[in-house]
Amino acid sequence: MLKIKNLHAQVGEHQILKGLDLEVMPGEVHAIMGPNGSGKSTLASVLSGRDLYEVTEGSVEFEGKDLLDLDASDRAREGLFLAFQYPVEIPGVSNINFMRAALNGKRAHKGLDPIKGKDFLAKVKECGELVELDGRLRDRSVNEGFSGGEKKRNEIFQMAMLEPKLAILDETDSGLDIDALRVVSKGVNAMRTPDRSFIVITHYQRLLDHIVPDYVHVLSGGKIVKTGGPELAMELEEKGYDWI
Amino acid sequence: MAQTEEDKLLDEVTGKSYEYGFTTDIESDTIAPGLSEDVVRIISAKKNEPAWLLEWRLEAFRVWSEMKEPEWAHIQYEQPDLQAISYYSAPKKKKELGSLDEVDPELLKTMEKLGISLEEQKRLSGVAVDFVIDSVSVGTSFKEKLGELGVIFCSLGEAIQEHPDLVRKYLGTVVPQRDNYYAALNSAVFTDGSFCYIPKGVRCPMELSTYFRINEKGTGQFERTLIIADEGSYVSYLEGCTAPQRDENQLHAAVVEIISLDEAEVKYSTVQNWYPGDKNGLGGVFNFVTKRGICHRKSKISWTQVETGSAITWKYPSCILKGDDSIGEFFSVAVTNNKQQADTGTKMIHIGKRTRSTIISKGISAGDSQNSYRGLVKILPSAENARNFSVCDSLLMSSTCGAHTFPYIEASNPTAQIEHEATTSKIGEDQIFYCQQRGIEEEEAIGLIVKGYAKDVLNKLPMEFAVEAQKLLTISLEGSVG
Repeated sequence: MLKIKNLHAQVGEHQILKGLDLEVMPGEVHAIMGPNGSGKSTLASVLSGRDLYEVTEGSVEFEGKDLLDLDASDRAREGLFLAFQYPVEIPGVSNINFMRAALNGKRAHKGLDPIKGKDFLAKVKECGELVELDGRLRDRSVNEGFSGGEKKRNEIFQMAMLEPKLAILDETDSGLDIDALRVVSKGVNAMRTPDRSFIVITHYQRLLDHIVPDYVHVLSGGKIVKTGGPELAMELEEKGYDWI
Repeated sequence: MAQTEEDKLLDEVTGKSYEYGFTTDIESDTIAPGLSEDVVRIISAKKNEPAWLLEWRLEAFRVWSEMKEPEWAHIQYEQPDLQAISYYSAPKKKKELGSLDEVDPELLKTMEKLGISLEEQKRLSGVAVDFVIDSVSVGTSFKEKLGELGVIFCSLGEAIQEHPDLVRKYLGTVVPQRDNYYAALNSAVFTDGSFCYIPKGVRCPMELSTYFRINEKGTGQFERTLIIADEGSYVSYLEGCTAPQRDENQLHAAVVEIISLDEAEVKYSTVQNWYPGDKNGLGGVFNFVTKRGICHRKSKISWTQVETGSAITWKYPSCILKGDDSIGEFFSVAVTNNKQQADTGTKMIHIGKRTRSTIISKGISAGDSQNSYRGLVKILPSAENARNFSVCDSLLMSSTCGAHTFPYIEASNPTAQIEHEATTSKIGEDQIFYCQQRGIEEEEAIGLIVKGYAKDVLNKLPMEFAVEAQKLLTISLEGSVG
């Protein structure tokens, strides 16, 4: 699914990723933990194709394609999804129209006709129920005036709509109360299949109680310094990052 | 008469000059370039106008001769040589093209993107097809229906002949000849335009349009429109066209006057897409327009405009809120790209008691363009409890464009309530990236964001217009992020 080799990336002159290696197989859930400033969010941005970051060395292969060769929208169309840590507001653009544009973009990429209105609405209903997204939120402008929890639920709603091959959740648990965390996790778990992979970036072990990973990696100083199973997260929670 | 009228209208729609010689009297019927009192007399005589109108034109000409071109607008251009223009041209037969293959491919591409049907594409680009007959018959049944209700909708030239009393009573009452330099020029030499009268208590059942599928178009260089909504009537009037309009006339100085009598309502929507010139601004149209309406008691005038074209736009659709409890509205989206310059806004003059006005202006600047909002809210001493609410937002698409806001507020009555909100923002890279990450390509993402930004205004347009206007916004901004 995803093969990252010796990835180096920087913002301006500031080197953030310094030789990161990671391989994700279909159906796997990888958690990436690490202290502030270790490069977790940078990894998410680099993988999703944000211009701000410059890759200086290394390679990323996604489904046999050179991911770094594709622009952000093509990466998305190839099946890569990023649930944003800070979802962006787009005033005047309804959530539902936004999703239709996204879905049809993806379909066009595959040579398919735009989705039929009826099918689209059925899908919206189904995916909305998955994360208990209020009907009104679906009709409102993208993320505008949404609470923190609503924004995160909206991210998972969009993920369900777009059915990615690989989903990266960037600190999706930040700012969530227990109930919202449960709803979001339920949505993610419902989407786990033998073909779909996840990279879950988080500070805290509590999310991993709900979304149980196959692997836990510790990112520090721009590299993965330790890899283990779910028990590694527990240990980190107990002992802190200094322990590594 | 009918035939020449139609030919003239067709010619004005396409603005193409006659080249192939199907008739022989063309050249002899075009007067030499230049402007003088004699020229005004010739125009009036050619149009067989009554003496009072000739007098009116001459008065305008005399006033104009004393005036200077205004320089206060935030625009820079070389003043057009008004003595180099020919002010009267006989009805010309348009140059007929055999097929769409002969039409400028750029023009076709744009029309395709706008979703304009093939038939319509042919019509707009002047390809000979038999739809002309269709459109005449459609126009005829349209007219019959309006006729039953007593609605008059025709060219101004026709109205001068058929309804001289109405024209005489209202012409120049909202925009007097001496109003400004270009209005004075228009008053002296206007060639044609549209006339519309809605009788008392009649709610016009259809959108009246100067371009839609009927040939009532008067896209002359000096166009003049007069709309009268009698007591308790309602009309929605559409002007302009989303399809790109090319014209060899560089200068356009139109005048629009609206009279909204007691308890009447007029909704006036414009989509303006004159040729903006090439990337360097060469060859674009100068659009210097005076639009104004007067509201009597409990009446309402609503201006909605989407401005994407012209090299230079100078335009302030305004409302004189004379009657008590009258309402004025102005909703505008003005897009400038490349070297375009726009100085546009509105004036709301509150005279009557409890008069209310709303201004929503959304400017979008891209490329090296300059986009200015200029608005006046004036509350006269007589306007007890007048209210105004203004929002003017500017969206910047590049780092080399300019957005400017010149709001003027003059309140002479202490009971007035005036609110003004203004924002300026640069299109968010975060927003674009968010869209891209969902699989929406950059150009489409910009279109989506801009449409969202302009939604409050686009929503005010009649449905069929709104869809085309949305697409037009996207097309106007193609390749503009920087």
